[in-house]
Amino acid sequence: MSSQDDILIAVSALRLSRGERTLFRNLSFTVRAGEAVALTGVNGAGKTSLLRAIAGFIRPDAGQISFGGIEPTEARSRRMHLLGHLDGLKGARTAREELAFQARWLGNDADGEVRAITALGLAPLLDLETRKLSAGQRRRLAIARMIAAPRPIWLLDEPLSPLDADWRARVGVLMRAHLDDGGSILAAVHDPLPLPTHALDLGATA
Amino acid sequence: MRAASILFRRELSLSWSGGGGPLLACGFMLCLTAILPLAAGAEKVVLSPVAPGMAWLALALASLLSLERLFERDLEDGALDLLATGPLPLEAVVVIKAMAQWLANGLPLALTAPLAALSLGLPLTLVPLTALAAALGALGFAFTGALGAALALGAKRGGLLIAIVVLPLFIPPVVFGAGALTRAAQDLPPSPALALLGAYVLFTAALSPLAGAAAIRNAQS
Repeated sequence: MSSQDDILIAVSALRLSRGERTLFRNLSFTVRAGEAVALTGVNGAGKTSLLRAIAGFIRPDAGQISFGGIEPTEARSRRMHLLGHLDGLKGARTAREELAFQARWLGNDADGEVRAITALGLAPLLDLETRKLSAGQRRRLAIARMIAAPRPIWLLDEPLSPLDADWRARVGVLMRAHLDDGGSILAAVHDPLPLPTHALDLGATA
Repeated sequence: MRAASILFRRELSLSWSGGGGPLLACGFMLCLTAILPLAAGAEKVVLSPVAPGMAWLALALASLLSLERLFERDLEDGALDLLATGPLPLEAVVVIKAMAQWLANGLPLALTAPLAALSLGLPLTLVPLTALAAALGALGFAFTGALGAALALGAKRGGLLIAIVVLPLFIPPVVFGAGALTRAAQDLPPSPALALLGAYVLFTAALSPLAGAAAIRNAQS
């Protein structure tokens, strides 16, 4: 597990700021295949900003973000899922339409949608408009796109917060399966994820 | 190509869902042209010389209506992040959205434009030319409008801002489009004006995806 080949995300000497405020400087870490990293820190420590920087939305002030020898554009457009606070769902469209679009846009495999519907228990919700879903149901629908379109890097921002205890455990199982398939997870969390994780505390680096 | 067609179909379905936006824009266009005779008097000598110009003005204004929703709602609900992590570059996303905007909104408006112009006294023989020029102009409006919508992302009262940014850029197609009709009404060949209109469309189709994608990246950071 220590070779250079299984590095999926490598961050080195990263400095990130929002407006005038420097969030952190000299942050370095790697995320390897099969590894989950729990990103912690006080509110405003820069957890979301770090995830968005890795996804390419925020330009760092200094430092490097690389993806183990894969071109950043290629990694971001074909090998990465970002699940933010917002689920990216259109209220007026049905869960079925939204899942179909998101899964196909992100490059689903042949039985991806069926697998996702089963894994996230979406069958009874498919014909509802997404604005009629609860926050937890919407989150499950958003997670479904990551199951339907397998990509090795998962960037998750508070992924479990709207879910009930039962679904937290079941999504934990899905995460573990993702790691077993050689994927990786970098998740900003306040509550621990239901699986073994490495810890990365942004509060301490500020 | 598969991703492009998936996004294109989603954009079309979004344009038509939630209250039939394109039909509203067509209704708005007809209302505008119906008000002119009330404001300026219904004499044919007054109205028929301004019919092409008025039809083009109405087309330009009606093209503004749906622009606010083009990128703003994707930014609000987080779908823009999803579009940015997809297989196509943001420039292609802007092109696809502008093309869908043209097909869903521009073409219905282009088909309504001859109706509006006829009601103001445009000769019947000019109907095909009006529809053709309006369809071409609406394509230019869609690309320029997409740029304006991207620039106004995240601004409060974005719709108003889009109108202020975009309307000055709509002047050339209005001049060339109405010019083509005016020339045809005087039995001159309309092709020089149409060629200039086509040049404008090519210019905005080349420029606005690049500038629009840059504006979207700025709004996402």
